Amino acid sequence: MASEKIDVRYVAKLARIALSEEEAVRFGKQLGDLLEHVNVLSELDTASVPATAQVVESRNVERGDDVTPCLDRETVLAMAPQRQGAFFRVPKIIAES
Amino acid sequence: MTVKTKYEAVIGIECHVELKTRSKMFCGCANEFGGEPNTKVCPVCLALPGALPVANKEAIEHMIRAGLAFGATIPAFSKFDRKNYFYPDMPKDYQISQYDMPLTLGGSVGYWLEDGTLKECRLTRIHLEEDTGKSMHAGGGDGRIAGSAYSLIDFNRAGVPLMECVSEPDLTSAQEAVGYLEALKRTFVQLGVSDVKMEEGSLRCDANVSIRPAGSMKLGTKAEIKNMNSFRSVLRAIESEITRQIDVLESGGRVVQETRGWDEAQGVTHSMRSKEEAHDYRYFPDPDLVPMEIDPALVERLKATIPALPHDRFVRYHREYGLDPKQATQLVDNLPLAEYFDACVSASGNAQLSTNFVLGDLSRLANETGTPVYASPVTSASLAELIGLVEAKAITSKTAKELLERMWAGEGSPKAIVEKEGLAQTSDAGEIERFVAEVLAANEKAAADYKAGKTNILGFLIGQVMKASRGKANPALAEELLRKKLE
Amino acid sequence: MNELVTRSAAQIARDVNGKRVSAREITAAVLQRVDETDDRLGCYLSRLNELALDCAQRADRRIAAGETLPLAGVPIAIKDNMCLRGTRTTAGSKILENWIAPYTATAVQLILDAGGIPIGKANLDEFAMGSSCENSALGVTRNPYDLSRVPGGSSGGPAAAVASFQAAIGLGSDTGGSIREPGAFCNVVGFKPTYGRVSRYGLIAFASSLDQIGPLTRTVEDAALAYDVMAGHDPSDSTSINRAVEPAANALREDLKGLRIGVVKEFATAKLGPEIDALYKRAYRELADLGADVVDISLPTADYGLATYYLIAPAECSSNLARFDGVRYGLRVEGDDVGQMYERTRAAGFGPEVKRRILIGTYALSSGYYDAYYVKAQKARTMFAQDFRRAFEHCDLIAAPAASSPAFEFNAKSDPYSMYMMDYYTIPMSLAGLPALSVPCGYAGTPQLPMGLQLAAPLFEEAKLLGAAHAYERATEYASKAALAV
Ligand SMILES: [Zn+2]
Repeated sequence: MASEKIDVRYVAKLARIALSEEEAVRFGKQLGDLLEHVNVLSELDTASVPATAQVVESRNVERGDDVTPCLDRETVLAMAPQRQGAFFRVPKIIAES
Repeated sequence: MTVKTKYEAVIGIECHVELKTRSKMFCGCANEFGGEPNTKVCPVCLALPGALPVANKEAIEHMIRAGLAFGATIPAFSKFDRKNYFYPDMPKDYQISQYDMPLTLGGSVGYWLEDGTLKECRLTRIHLEEDTGKSMHAGGGDGRIAGSAYSLIDFNRAGVPLMECVSEPDLTSAQEAVGYLEALKRTFVQLGVSDVKMEEGSLRCDANVSIRPAGSMKLGTKAEIKNMNSFRSVLRAIESEITRQIDVLESGGRVVQETRGWDEAQGVTHSMRSKEEAHDYRYFPDPDLVPMEIDPALVERLKATIPALPHDRFVRYHREYGLDPKQATQLVDNLPLAEYFDACVSASGNAQLSTNFVLGDLSRLANETGTPVYASPVTSASLAELIGLVEAKAITSKTAKELLERMWAGEGSPKAIVEKEGLAQTSDAGEIERFVAEVLAANEKAAADYKAGKTNILGFLIGQVMKASRGKANPALAEELLRKKLE
Repeated sequence: MNELVTRSAAQIARDVNGKRVSAREITAAVLQRVDETDDRLGCYLSRLNELALDCAQRADRRIAAGETLPLAGVPIAIKDNMCLRGTRTTAGSKILENWIAPYTATAVQLILDAGGIPIGKANLDEFAMGSSCENSALGVTRNPYDLSRVPGGSSGGPAAAVASFQAAIGLGSDTGGSIREPGAFCNVVGFKPTYGRVSRYGLIAFASSLDQIGPLTRTVEDAALAYDVMAGHDPSDSTSINRAVEPAANALREDLKGLRIGVVKEFATAKLGPEIDALYKRAYRELADLGADVVDISLPTADYGLATYYLIAPAECSSNLARFDGVRYGLRVEGDDVGQMYERTRAAGFGPEVKRRILIGTYALSSGYYDAYYVKAQKARTMFAQDFRRAFEHCDLIAAPAASSPAFEFNAKSDPYSMYMMDYYTIPMSLAGLPALSVPCGYAGTPQLPMGLQLAAPLFEEAKLLGAAHAYERATEYASKAALAV
């Protein structure tokens, strides 16, 4: 397992959380410590073990293609931190998707 | 060797197609284009805290049918994964998609070019995912992201089921790319899995384009082209990009791997400044959804619902029936007419006459009256009956035209009309001789001209005989008898 | 203290259905109790007085019309990570501080339909991440047995509310122990059903594959009552179990004859000190005294629980909490562009524990580490399920500590890992999706504070589990409220 130092700035960028200098140092250390604890998993021989995503196995849970009522628009837009007319408004988008 | 032929292009297409369902992929909101902004949203597709997705069965079945139509493998096991990245019109800030176990794998798309050349492009996979909302960029920038001051978001489209079709890099020209996309489009439309309305954005595609020295096996550096919103722009964008890459290489430069946007107005692709950071989508199985085990019996049942595919039709029409590529395409793209045509061919056994009638007189009548051929009173069975009469020389082709008009007007089956009106073609020499005598008596000058060597007037005289017989006379016999009388 | 507030949920339902007391009277008494005590305890983030009285009136009318309601007039504390239409629903976070839910969670709706009375939205560790309630960004909840101590977490608010008679049933959620540990700290029953047994629809997600709603109550009978109302298939939750629920209320028993109860060798309590060791040994003896055959079992993976959990839960949370982005609802801190707006909003909206878990989860899923961390943890998770399956070949139920100590003082666990250790005994059951509960089993420490015994059952065997816990509770009666500080 990896034991290198976490690039906490890179991870915070992916997670879209601005970190102060102090936080970057503190979280960097705490995450490093936790990863050390977590590395005990390397002791487990999992070579022939399948991964479990869900512990209660079920399959093919689907809905029929039926239309159900939507939320009232005013309720929806009332939640918006910023709206313009019937739209949600956000600051300019720089990165392309 | 010209600069153009010195290189060959290698093109792969990723295209997103919205599926035709009543409700969205993971919630019950209506899957409809347009409408007042933010009115087709609920806790699930707006990603409110606590809301959970449930997969739409119809969308899954559409996927399987789409895959089967192209000969794809339908794996026994499939699942949904989360693709994590932030974008304001993507409510959850992750997209439910499929990473390593898509619903369909492999297969290939047969397509044709304008000249009828048949081609094939392999599919890598088709996977199921959800669409995003729509952003409108405002406050400068003329609706484009660059230069806009803010964006407005409508989430009505968020959560609409979307299939992503990924092709292998088997395409070598812009024309092939368009041919491939047209084949996808007509197949999806005829399967009923999508309406594929480009103008509503229900088919959107990106192209990976690279060039390499002709004959080389090594792949060149590719550029990804975005923002192509019609087949015409796909054609122009890829052509322009190939030219650009050739120019770069010819001037001693090197193509860089990047995303380029197609600028419709300028007719060029331009580099899209993408952020330095690499994409790290952190795919993992969506713990809110359970895996799919695809029952082979379901696959068999769905297979049985797949109609004759456009590509097979085209090959049959063009190669077997000898229709020219344009006619064949026209027919293939009009499914009810094609089905009508097929029914007529199989009932009459005569593809040539079926083509002549369906694409000729019947299409003209359809244009004149606004009633589609397949919805007119002329059923494929009655058309086949008419063809039978023509083949048996029971009526002349002129009578056939007249009959067709009367059938279109709802006067009944051709045989019934023929019997009622005595329109059957006559080969009775005595009867035709009477008409010939009548015509020669009434057209003495023409007869004299013929005898004087103006033999081309014979056509006029035959026409007069046909007219006098109300089209019933066998034209060949009429001609023979006329010659006999005049010589 | 008004005697009405001390009645159990089952007693209230019987009395209100029997028209011996009205839902309105019960509600008024409980609202008054909250008025008198919650300034000191801080159980609730939002009070729902008006809605409570409306619901009480409706319950009384329905009963007058001849209906029988399983939770008639029963006062409910709802953990504030469950949506209730028209009420502020915060998850204990600044990022949702003023969000009004426009829809109601399935489990909450079932409780309301059964005649339950929503008293308020109760405090929790932010997004249910924590073991002390100290991670709430919106309020401090104190332990009703010692106001200088934490109530446990993350369902600290509902646990403290139930312990202090501010509600008869608390709706909690448990991801790695978040119902069982506060249950133990507050001397109440804390019950986490099988994963998927109660719908998660409307429960603000922390870790989707682990989160499960369950009740906190003063008696096992009440836990069974609440469970019977909430359990069952919900078509809105794809992970909800679609199989019949055996009513637990009918399965309550007075002895443990014929049951084999396994004690996990790897959970040796000697390391918890002589007093706690003695307390759990006594508890296991008490189980035997009730007729159970107490046997040793082994969970070889026990020591890997924390590592497994602290990869899977943060990974899922990093993705689940992405939606809090300042675009559609909740807090926004403006920025020059949308990216800056995201980063500032999330920096200001999330507390340190939530940030830590988002970061660790993001890291565990990121390119190059996914197999080493996330996939490895999922494989370890399979081993937990296998270990438990093997263990249950030798026993019907498992007994273990619910927590390694009684409630601790505020700010006692400054290092995140020592806080994570609080869940050492509860996490393995969560990883395997098992139904498990904590039931009061005595007192330890100075001052003497409540401790909990954890019992766990195989998947879907909630009725057997509650039945046995009932026998233990009836025989021991540790849940005395004599030590209540309020
Ligand atoms: Zn929706």
